[in-house]
Amino acid sequence: MKDADDLSAAEPAAVDAPSEQSEYARAAKAALSGVSPEPGAKKPDPILTASGIRRAFGGIVAVDVEHFEVQRGSITALIGPNGAGKTTFFNLMTGFDKPNTGQWAFDGVSMDGVAPHRMAARGMVRTFQLTKSLTKLPVIENMKLGATGQKGEKWWNGLFPSRWKAQEAEIEARADELLKRFKLDHMRDEYAGALSGGQRKLLEMARALMTDPTLVMLDEPMAGVNPALKQSLNQHVRGLRDLGMTVLFVEHDMDMVHDISDWVIVMAEGQVIAEGTPNDISSNPAVIDAYLGAHQGKTLLEDQV
Amino acid sequence: MDIGAVLENAILQFIGFNACYYAIAAIGLNVQFGYAGLLNFGQAAFMAAGAYGVGQTVSIFGISLWWGVPIAIGYSVFLGLLMGVPTLRLRADYLAIVTIASAEIVRLIVRSVKFRDQFGGTDGLKGFADAYQDVGVKLGLELAGEYGFWIFTFSGRNLWNLIVGWTLVAIFGVIVWALMKSPWGRVLKAIREDEDAVRSLGKNVFSYKMQALVLGGVIGSFAGIMLALGNANVQPDNFSRDLTFFVLTGLVLGGVAKVTGSIIGPMMFWGFYAFLDSLLRELIDKPVRIGDFTLLQSTDVGVVVYMIMGILLVVLMVYRPQGVFGNKKEMAFEGR
Repeated sequence: MKDADDLSAAEPAAVDAPSEQSEYARAAKAALSGVSPEPGAKKPDPILTASGIRRAFGGIVAVDVEHFEVQRGSITALIGPNGAGKTTFFNLMTGFDKPNTGQWAFDGVSMDGVAPHRMAARGMVRTFQLTKSLTKLPVIENMKLGATGQKGEKWWNGLFPSRWKAQEAEIEARADELLKRFKLDHMRDEYAGALSGGQRKLLEMARALMTDPTLVMLDEPMAGVNPALKQSLNQHVRGLRDLGMTVLFVEHDMDMVHDISDWVIVMAEGQVIAEGTPNDISSNPAVIDAYLGAHQGKTLLEDQV
Repeated sequence: MDIGAVLENAILQFIGFNACYYAIAAIGLNVQFGYAGLLNFGQAAFMAAGAYGVGQTVSIFGISLWWGVPIAIGYSVFLGLLMGVPTLRLRADYLAIVTIASAEIVRLIVRSVKFRDQFGGTDGLKGFADAYQDVGVKLGLELAGEYGFWIFTFSGRNLWNLIVGWTLVAIFGVIVWALMKSPWGRVLKAIREDEDAVRSLGKNVFSYKMQALVLGGVIGSFAGIMLALGNANVQPDNFSRDLTFFVLTGLVLGGVAKVTGSIIGPMMFWGFYAFLDSLLRELIDKPVRIGDFTLLQSTDVGVVVYMIMGILLVVLMVYRPQGVFGNKKEMAFEGR
């Protein structure tokens, strides 16, 4: 852990961004301070709300969430043991899968039946657990793909560069700026396949930001990322909040969860079993049970008795 | 052995009419397969749509030949929608199955006795291309005349076909090249890589795939139009599976996801075919026998040429999977 801290200190971003004290961080903390740490807690200003979401695959109920809210402007972590239904829940929220029953709304608008490709235009964007950088496109093309509302993406406009060149230049400028922020500018013209695993995560996150989202949903951003890069990823995630975005992320890396999240929601066996600040959660017996089993701490001998 | 004649044949086929309409078909197939990653194994059906579109105008409907172009486009758009609506939401393999089946269905319908009055049955359609040839005549070509220099001498009829055909190749080549440099092309290439990523970035993947399928099909139908006009007839059995796979072979040979590859690939396919064919025929002036067993005679040449081409294609795929003009980084076949 010490090594990782040293490495991050060497990075300029970490030096000039003491994000813990940022205005947005304090605002998020203040907004969530009055929320009671219990499953399905109501938030003062939710950007994403869901209730009665149920998704079964055959006889197995993967997700059965009674109520779920994400506070606007916060970094919310969604954690839980393997098979808890986190990714399935993610897919449901982003339209990649449909729940059997339930209602959910983004920014006060019901998202029931909205196709996944309409989510981005509304300000919700997601990344994937297995990175989906488009390896056979150059990095800059990956980025430019992310911009929404491109005129040149209509084939009848595509033939006439005069109709999209100006917009393309704007998009490219924005993409270059983001690449610089994510320290990928030196890889700009390389194929994305040439990036390391961690850089691909960064690229995917940067590309998602090209859609100008208000809610960024990251599915395991730390999976397969080395410790040095984790620190920088942490900074970037905090940076999103400090730009006024809301972040919801699924993660197994408890250090990261502790480090950066304002609020933690714990799922187990498809249900939300606990909510609270990172400190609430680490001492919550229901969470410990979910991760380690209800009988942890007892000796096997006692069990046999 | 006359090696000069062999090379002459090869060169003439390299720039010949076959290469020309194959190239148009391959440009269309490249939009679908090369750029959007759609496994269309039914390009022959789109070509048939084009050929019958122009054929039917004069022969069946009794209207001007030039209506054939909008009719052909209409047919191929309809065909594209018909294939795409049920399959483009599914995995790529399903499109391959459906397209290969659709192409056969189209061929069986147009050659059927039942629809003889609409499509001419097994005889196909003929006698509709006069208006097309008249344009050449008006421009000063004599259909039976001789034009050209050195080995490049063509009849007026052939020369007209080549002029119109290669002009179409150039037009579609430029259109596809321009489209693929546009943001539209970028979305297609991204879909080829990973649909879900593109969907998450707010693009309607289904719609883009449909656009690619239809656009590629429409371009393919112009290959059919060219074939029909050039031969001045339409034969249902021209549009068999072989046609689809030869076009695909040409495309892969040249290099997928490259406009130059899609044009020069089919040219190489035909140049090579003619080269091997003439070469073997020159070599086997009498049957090759081992004892009483006839190993090879001139009637076997056609088949043997395809066998050799197949082996060469395998070798090419092993040592240069991106084709002759392809970009290795972009277009190696791994995991596709």
